[in-house]
Amino acid sequence: MSRPRITAGGRLVAGVPLTWLFLLFAVPFIIVLKISFSEVRLAMPPYAPLLESHGGHTGVQVHLANYSFLFTDPLYIRSYLYSLKVAAVSTFLCLLIGYPMAYAIARASSTVRSVLLMLIVLPFWTSFLLRVYAWIGLLKNNGVINNVLLYLGVIHEPLTMLQTDFAVYIGIVYSYLPFMILPLYANLEKHDVTLLEAAADLGASPFTAFRRITLPQSLPGIAAGCLLVFIPAVGEYVIPSLLGRTDQLMIGRVLSDEFFENRDWPVASAVAILMLLLLVVPIMLFQRLERREVGAHK
Amino acid sequence: MSLDAYVRIEGVSKKFGDFVAVDDVSLQVSRGEIFCLLGGSGSGKTTLLRMLAGFETPTAGKIYLDGQDLSTVAPYERPVNMMFQSYALFPHMTVAKNVAFGLEQEHLGRAEIGRRVGEMLEIVKLSQFAARKPHQLSGGQRQRVALARSLVKRPKLLLLDEPLAALDRKLREHTQFELLNIQKALGVTFIVVTHDQEEAMTLSSRMGVMNHGRIVQVGSPTQIYEFPATRFVADFIGSVNLFEGRIAGADAQVTRAGGSRTRIHSNELGCALEVEQPQSLAAGATVWAAIRPEKIAIAREAPTPPDAGGSQEANVVRGSVKDVAYLGDMSVYLVQIESGKLVRVTRPNVMRGTQDRIAASETVYLSWHASSPVVLTE
Repeated sequence: MSRPRITAGGRLVAGVPLTWLFLLFAVPFIIVLKISFSEVRLAMPPYAPLLESHGGHTGVQVHLANYSFLFTDPLYIRSYLYSLKVAAVSTFLCLLIGYPMAYAIARASSTVRSVLLMLIVLPFWTSFLLRVYAWIGLLKNNGVINNVLLYLGVIHEPLTMLQTDFAVYIGIVYSYLPFMILPLYANLEKHDVTLLEAAADLGASPFTAFRRITLPQSLPGIAAGCLLVFIPAVGEYVIPSLLGRTDQLMIGRVLSDEFFENRDWPVASAVAILMLLLLVVPIMLFQRLERREVGAHK
Repeated sequence: MSLDAYVRIEGVSKKFGDFVAVDDVSLQVSRGEIFCLLGGSGSGKTTLLRMLAGFETPTAGKIYLDGQDLSTVAPYERPVNMMFQSYALFPHMTVAKNVAFGLEQEHLGRAEIGRRVGEMLEIVKLSQFAARKPHQLSGGQRQRVALARSLVKRPKLLLLDEPLAALDRKLREHTQFELLNIQKALGVTFIVVTHDQEEAMTLSSRMGVMNHGRIVQVGSPTQIYEFPATRFVADFIGSVNLFEGRIAGADAQVTRAGGSRTRIHSNELGCALEVEQPQSLAAGATVWAAIRPEKIAIAREAPTPPDAGGSQEANVVRGSVKDVAYLGDMSVYLVQIESGKLVRVTRPNVMRGTQDRIAASETVYLSWHASSPVVLTE
């Protein structure tokens, strides 16, 4: 197949988002990268310029101290690992809950389907912050859940749910579930039901047919859903700040503290760059997987 | 009831809400037979097939296979396999994996599975494609994978849903005969659903024509074509000229040299009609005479009666040619007879060249033998 010729209109259409990405993603990223190699200073801005002239000769001062510092203080490593753990568990829970839901929506009649999809998207119409605050009201010691359980006599002392991992999982799973369901639904909806009939015809029980036909074919949907949940969950700031533990911070919170509390912009930038690397690797793996998938269907 | 009925369908009906898809169908198929269910879309043929496979449950009636009642057997436990119209190959598995899938469900040993998959791919001539994925195959190859996958389990009964519909014409003819050879070699009983009469005629030893959920006629392809039971069957299989008429009164039975004949008056035809078919119908009964286009002779001169002593006027009608379609192997003439009705006549183009071929707007005589018309009452 020959490549279609790129017209002036085509250049414009591609140029607008490219300019957008360059100005609002590449440029800030380069600035952050630059700051991460700088030294902290009590000044405005609070870091030393990379380009400095010392008595006549100009030199570039690259400080790797910010990065090595992240590996000397266990706070950062622990926060990274904790963030990965929280994101992984939340992603797994989202998959566990979201897959059957996506499957049911994909198999529902077309009228029921549009209603169900509407219900999945509906929470987005309320502010995200508001919905997380609502969970505080539900989970706190004298909150709705504890009061109901005490009233029913199921428990005699209020359960500590707020400021635990449990609350963070609830918050993340609740907030990110649609991002798992929608790509899974888009994948499952395209499945050919006759393949399941063919499997049944060849002697496969419904469970075997699911395991050998539906599941392998939905892998791209699973991968897309998992990445859409995992990546923002790693850097999640609001949910763990409002619902999470105070003794163990997630990396998003560490970053913000470095920035606003410590005013150590270089270290904060190094944290951000390292987090980006941590996330870019799985994204690239996913894209390679996806490209292979697309290539196989050509 | 024949004793060797291998598949027995007894009074099977299927309703979807108010819609009766299959209406009280009873049918018997012998072991090793290729039976075709022929019908238009919505005739219920596919629903009947899906009930045999177990994807639909009959609203009423029973289905027996080799003496076993299949009513309560789940699709994945039936000794029946189906070849789907869309083939339904598993896109993420190789050809060999697709074929092996059914055997893996029987928990056979790996060596046994490998051997039988190899054998089956040999039969459908796909051995060198074993490692390919379905999307890397041509339509004909995919069809053979589907066939191999459904046959490898050695089913008692193989159901084929429009097995050749997705293939182009040339490939279809070739595949038809291949399918027949494979069936003969393996001795599996086939039930084929098709809307294509040509497919049904070449494949089947017997066929059933379905309309509105009912089986209208069961018989060999020759029986169905030459002795259709109803106007629907006559019209559905091949093309036919139908003339409405009434059995003549007192002079209904006439004796000619060739034997006794029944006379029919038809205003639509405009000439006396004598048929050999013995009739026990009352005088005045409304009937339809069905005459196949290839059984009508077309000539510029009025023919002399083919059998001495035949009536000069019977089975001959004059008309003018409205249209001629040259199809290569044969030509189709549309002749308007004096009553105004259009009659379709086909002639094989035995001789090459164009000289002296009957052309449009010529006056012609159409004639046929008294054995040609089929008298139908419904």
